[in-house]
Amino acid sequence: MTDANNAVVRFVDVQKSYDGESLVVKKFNLDMQKGEFLTMLGPSGSGKTTCLMMLAGFEPATHGEIYLNDKPINNVPPHKRGIGMVFQNYALFPHMTVAENLAFPLQVRKKSKSEVEERVKGALDMVQLGEFGSRRPAQLSGGQQQRVAVARALVFDPDVVLMDEPLGALDKNLREQMQYEIKHIHENLGVTVLYVTHDQSEALTMSNRIAVFDDGVVQQLAAPAVLYEEPENAFVANFIGENNVIGGKITRIDGQSCQVDVGESREVQALAVNIGAVGEATTLSLRPERVTLNPGDDCPNIFEGKVEELIYLGDHIRTRMKVCGHDAFIVKIPNSSTHAQLREGATVKVGWTMEDCRALDALH
Amino acid sequence: MSTTVESIAAEQMVTADGIPLKVSLARARRRARNRALLLVAPLFLFIFVTFFIPIFSMLFRSVENELVGETLHRTVPLLQNWDESGDAIPGEEVFAALVQDFAEAQETKTAGRPGRRLNYEKPGFSSLFRKTARKAEKLEPPYKEAMIKISKDWGDIEYWRVLKRESGKYTKAYYLSALDFSYDPEGNIVKNPGEESIYIKLFWRTLWMSMLITVLCLVLAYPISYLLSTLPARSSNLLLILVLLPFWTSLLVRTSAWIAILQQEGVINDFLVFLGFLTDDGRLAMIHNQVGTIVAMVHVLLPFMVLPLYSVMKTIPPSYLRAARSLGANPFTAFVRVYMPNTVAGIGAGGILVFIIAIGYYITPALVGGQSGTLISNLIAYHLEASLNWGLAAALGAILLGGVLVLYLLYDKVVGIDNMKLG
Repeated sequence: MTDANNAVVRFVDVQKSYDGESLVVKKFNLDMQKGEFLTMLGPSGSGKTTCLMMLAGFEPATHGEIYLNDKPINNVPPHKRGIGMVFQNYALFPHMTVAENLAFPLQVRKKSKSEVEERVKGALDMVQLGEFGSRRPAQLSGGQQQRVAVARALVFDPDVVLMDEPLGALDKNLREQMQYEIKHIHENLGVTVLYVTHDQSEALTMSNRIAVFDDGVVQQLAAPAVLYEEPENAFVANFIGENNVIGGKITRIDGQSCQVDVGESREVQALAVNIGAVGEATTLSLRPERVTLNPGDDCPNIFEGKVEELIYLGDHIRTRMKVCGHDAFIVKIPNSSTHAQLREGATVKVGWTMEDCRALDALH
Repeated sequence: MSTTVESIAAEQMVTADGIPLKVSLARARRRARNRALLLVAPLFLFIFVTFFIPIFSMLFRSVENELVGETLHRTVPLLQNWDESGDAIPGEEVFAALVQDFAEAQETKTAGRPGRRLNYEKPGFSSLFRKTARKAEKLEPPYKEAMIKISKDWGDIEYWRVLKRESGKYTKAYYLSALDFSYDPEGNIVKNPGEESIYIKLFWRTLWMSMLITVLCLVLAYPISYLLSTLPARSSNLLLILVLLPFWTSLLVRTSAWIAILQQEGVINDFLVFLGFLTDDGRLAMIHNQVGTIVAMVHVLLPFMVLPLYSVMKTIPPSYLRAARSLGANPFTAFVRVYMPNTVAGIGAGGILVFIIAIGYYITPALVGGQSGTLISNLIAYHLEASLNWGLAAALGAILLGGVLVLYLLYDKVVGIDNMKLG
């Protein structure tokens, strides 16, 4: 291929169907740069694991082509692709010791005995399991097994490492710790990682870029901060982070901004991001932490809110209000010494800027 | 004051009401254990009465030999002083005791059984005993001459040697003949000549045929089990029913079906003749020989191999093979190095199960085995039912049991019983 973008992995118009009636992956295009940590994030059944399996070679693509280092690999069997993979339940071989597990990819590549030993030792040290080489996987804790699985996927220096929800079986604290460890390993080795998860905080923590999947389509592919700050459609806005959703009708479009009727003849000033023409439906997306209480007079959107529920969460107080007729309007009030004192049932003024309120496509 | 309390507490923990903790714990556990024992007691009793007692009494028959000593209770103690290594038969007092014993046995009609027992050791004893017992009452001293007059066998030192040898409470004669040994006329233990050693030959045949059957079952069952474990639940359940279907059919029917298929005028031979592979008079003999036994037994025992293999394979996640492939192993290497080692538990369980059933199998070889395809169990059955030599049958059974136990221990040493997974 004469493409100049130097992608390690490229999906070109990939489609996948299992039953010949519906497409699991509808039209998937992706360029992965060398050394990138890219996460495919989406609800279960959204097609992200299928894409991973097509890249690993366990599922054939129904249509389209996948390139690895600019070579088409649709007809290359899995064992010749040289892609490391970490499985959901680790798939460590129970009849082999940890060291034998790590040696396996090197032995099938006919590496010399001394090289195998050296690399296995290096890989064990990398995941801080130097002492555990002679143990069986069953004798290790979940976190340790996880590390062995990562080390095994990396020990033969693959171009790309795939991780299929590798932290799903761990408890919360361990999962967070492992997220940092995997991130650091990635940074130290500079290996290209394609990561699949349905846990958005995991994706935000670790990735350079995130592809948000839904219904077999990539909804948005962007860096974590961009996804959170500038979601391009209502699904991404809802899926990433907490979000206040207000449905409405566009009444005026004015360049970057627009005016939306949210019912009871209340008009909201919003940033026009992904909308149709005047008169069409739209979804307003507003992060709970971007709502100010008792805003100044220069705020374009000021409404009355009735406090319905207060939930004390330590670092912030989650407040459910009734605003513009929506009683699931959430406001996060930071727990600072000067924060507003609210009581349930009280009425308070809430406001937000035009830029923080994004007008997106209508939710179905 | 408080320090003494602490030091006591450190020595011995007590419950709230002052009973030592250990005593209290033991009491609580004992109650649970007693209840558990009570629940298994009926089953235990049942197994003890219907299984352990019959088996041990049967095995005891392989060494038990009280009959001769009981019937000839006057003669036997006197015989102990007689030197059987010499050339002379016992003296007058032994004959006198023998006559008395026979006279008494004739009254109680018990002379026949020791005769039959000794007949196993030396043919002729049975008729000798019957003849002598009938006339014992009327004999007059000197008894030695009178007895030899009844039958000159009484003057034959060989009969006396056998009588003395087999007069103890226990005998090793059954085990000797089960292992193809016998006594020569001088009373030394010698190996039977080739044409008479049938038992060792049959033990070996049973062993290698069982092993062959086990291996064949494994070879046939492995792919089926793999298929079963990888198919979606609906089709695998249907297939599993097909695997189990033979269990619902009578063993006799299944074995007879094999006769119909394999016999010289059977389906396979007809078909091969029809195709021209065989001439009409060159039909293959596939039944009433070893081939028939092996084919029919593999068929009968196949489910016992499929089920443990299937249950083990079902627990192996497909991700193992995928992981191996993604790590660079070709399909064959992945299968041999990753999948197969994980099925060892099933291979071991299925192998042991099939082998142990095969080694004691009776009906199928009896029906389709013919001369060359019978196994040791058929001979045990023969001695139980036809020759009525229960001692020999018990000895053969005990040797078979011992052999199976040795193989079992060997398996435990090599593979480990803990690894086994049945069903």
